[in-house]
Amino acid sequence: MRGTEVIKVALVGNPNTGKSSLFNQLTGLNQKVSNYPGITVEKKTGSATLNKNVTASIVDLPGTYSINPTSLDENIVLQALLNVDDDYPDVVVVVADVENLKRNLFLFSQIKDLEIPAILVINMADQIEKKGISLNLDLLKKELNSEILLVSARKKLGIEALKEAIVNYKKINPSAISNISSRIDADFFKEVKSSFKNISLYKSWLLITQYNYLSTIDKDLQKRIDRFRTDSDKIKKMQNKETILRYQYINNILKKAYKIDASKASGLRFKLDRILTHKIFGYVIFASILMLIFQSIFDWTSIPMDFIDTTFTQLSEWVKAKLPEGQFTSLLAEGIIPGISGIVIFVPQIAMLFLLISILEESGYMSRVVFLMDKIMRRFGMSGKSVIPLISGTACAIPAIMAARNISGWKERLVTILVTPFTTCSARLPVYAIIISLVIPNERVLGIFSFQGLTLMALYLLGFTAAMASGYLLNKTLKVKGKSFFVIEMPNYKLPSIKNILFTVLEKTKEFVFGAGKIILAISIILWFLASNGPSSFKNASEIVKNENTQLSGVELDQKIASYKLEHSYIGIAGKAVEPAIKPLGYDWKIGIALLSSFAAREVFVGTLATIYSVENNDDTATIKERMAAEINKDTGKKRFDFPVGMSLLIFYAFAMQCMSTLAIVKRETNSWKWPILQLVGMTALAYLASLLTFIVLK
Amino acid sequence: MSSTIAHLLVGEKGIIENIPFDSVPLKLLEMGCLPGKEVELIQLAPLKDPLYIKVNGSHLAIRKEMAELIEITKSENLCEVLKS
Repeated sequence: MRGTEVIKVALVGNPNTGKSSLFNQLTGLNQKVSNYPGITVEKKTGSATLNKNVTASIVDLPGTYSINPTSLDENIVLQALLNVDDDYPDVVVVVADVENLKRNLFLFSQIKDLEIPAILVINMADQIEKKGISLNLDLLKKELNSEILLVSARKKLGIEALKEAIVNYKKINPSAISNISSRIDADFFKEVKSSFKNISLYKSWLLITQYNYLSTIDKDLQKRIDRFRTDSDKIKKMQNKETILRYQYINNILKKAYKIDASKASGLRFKLDRILTHKIFGYVIFASILMLIFQSIFDWTSIPMDFIDTTFTQLSEWVKAKLPEGQFTSLLAEGIIPGISGIVIFVPQIAMLFLLISILEESGYMSRVVFLMDKIMRRFGMSGKSVIPLISGTACAIPAIMAARNISGWKERLVTILVTPFTTCSARLPVYAIIISLVIPNERVLGIFSFQGLTLMALYLLGFTAAMASGYLLNKTLKVKGKSFFVIEMPNYKLPSIKNILFTVLEKTKEFVFGAGKIILAISIILWFLASNGPSSFKNASEIVKNENTQLSGVELDQKIASYKLEHSYIGIAGKAVEPAIKPLGYDWKIGIALLSSFAAREVFVGTLATIYSVENNDDTATIKERMAAEINKDTGKKRFDFPVGMSLLIFYAFAMQCMSTLAIVKRETNSWKWPILQLVGMTALAYLASLLTFIVLK
Repeated sequence: MSSTIAHLLVGEKGIIENIPFDSVPLKLLEMGCLPGKEVELIQLAPLKDPLYIKVNGSHLAIRKEMAELIEITKSENLCEVLKS
């Protein structure tokens, strides 16, 4: 990149304007997702080659309707455009939807008033005629005194012209456009102007009104801001007036340059809305879609998952056969390979879930669900918007809890955050899948429904029921102040863009493999170490066993030594220590080890048992499932994973809070240790009692 | 007595007369819900809450409690009048 100029570009726009499509179109796969420092809002950046000598570093800011934020995500836009630092953009590209130009221009006029070079991109321009829109672009350019381009990100039209406009950003007139400050309150703004000399007027106004949202402000600036913040009622009134005047200004321009023929407006939206938000059909359709989601993550992913399982088992076997025996081979075959297997095995399910969820979001259907569910969810202390976290929670609680940010009321948001971990996340699935296959017969009812599938469905329902019931309880008991309001856009339906969806799936899967994957792999290696090492009784295992069992020899003796070793390894000692507490639930110390390690992340359960049984058992040709099925309960002589123990484990995993990453996110999102600790203690206590009851009843 | 958005039937339209600015969030105005604008009720969720409206070119969903605050005058539905 020597000798090339880099232009910093910020992409801003309303939600559902195709901003992500444009971002994907400009950057291709040259993008990465990181977090904004200190907060968990995702920062999407990418680079685009504009011409031979110039590249653009593009940041895709969260979608927002206004520069006045109502959520943490929207606040990112304000921060990015107010704080003058190294990341401050050279030029802002505002993406607008041609169909709702008025509301999109509202945001554009705010950004122009910041006196920063800005380009207005009118997207979906290929639909202008179809939608009955007539647009006088030259007049609009003149009236807004701005650079405006027609683009269709989907059809790749106008992208080159946009690149050229970005290259020439220095020619853009950065002056403010609306000039409404004098009409809001001339005296007030005169004073602001004289007090904030080096800062643009609109920016000063934002500093005053959005003071609570800003992070770093020096003392001198704070003093000047405080001077104007004495009367909050007056400020709110002025903000209202600003909004009205801004819309008047836009209306006057659009009256001349933009017309929409209502008769040509698509009847498709109307027809779809009538069915999808119907009092009865709406719910039937929503329920069917949910069924489809659950069906697909369990049924359609089983083939790739089985394939991954056997492939990694074979790989372990191969490594053991080919490499010389020793600590390294053991680490590789019993620690690292099963550990990686435990990560990769989730990829089909995670990818499938994010695929379906992003289709629902992209198509505009999710907003209809929010509309349908709001009243019902309010009874349980939540909002219609809580449906999105609860559904996303079936993939992973971490992005789900982050998605709760869009909920405007603090109490509704808090309840949603607290109950989301009850939904059956994909980390529970492998645990469920393996235990179900061990204890539930593989038979069908009425020829179609498999018992195994029905059990899984019952577990999903149990998770949702637990979430709703605890929401109801929290709603009655939590004393949290904070006004909630509910204003959502019902976007037009659109065919999801395959490119956007594949990018999302790729990104989320990558995030899982490299984020959660690191933890899983680390735990696998630690477990291997703890299981292959121990105090003196571990080291002298073979002599002790030989002395005790003088009549044994060959394979039998080796097995005896191996299980003695495991029992006296560090992890065996830890497992034995918790055994008294979990014995009433039907578990032994080996399951105890798996439970303990699950508190880092649930999915570790299967991998842990696999590691434990493979350290103990030298027969590496068996898959995880075969090993578990062969495990015998020493007290009864029967199978270790029989029906009561299996059910008790299923119930435990359904309720217990076993995910450190989720707890960490809850701490960040609620800014307090109180709530994650409440989740950890409450959910785990519930899990213990429910499993105890299950085991007692079934035994 | 003046009516509010909550009094509209599905398919009916009205003109917004008055919005109590102190009791509604700025976001409602920023989404285009302003005095003088036409509002149409597109769909009602069960129990008449929330309401799915079209106002000033935007399609929005708002809760009944907010809809009850926004005063309107109902527009006569000309088509219906002509038909009868």
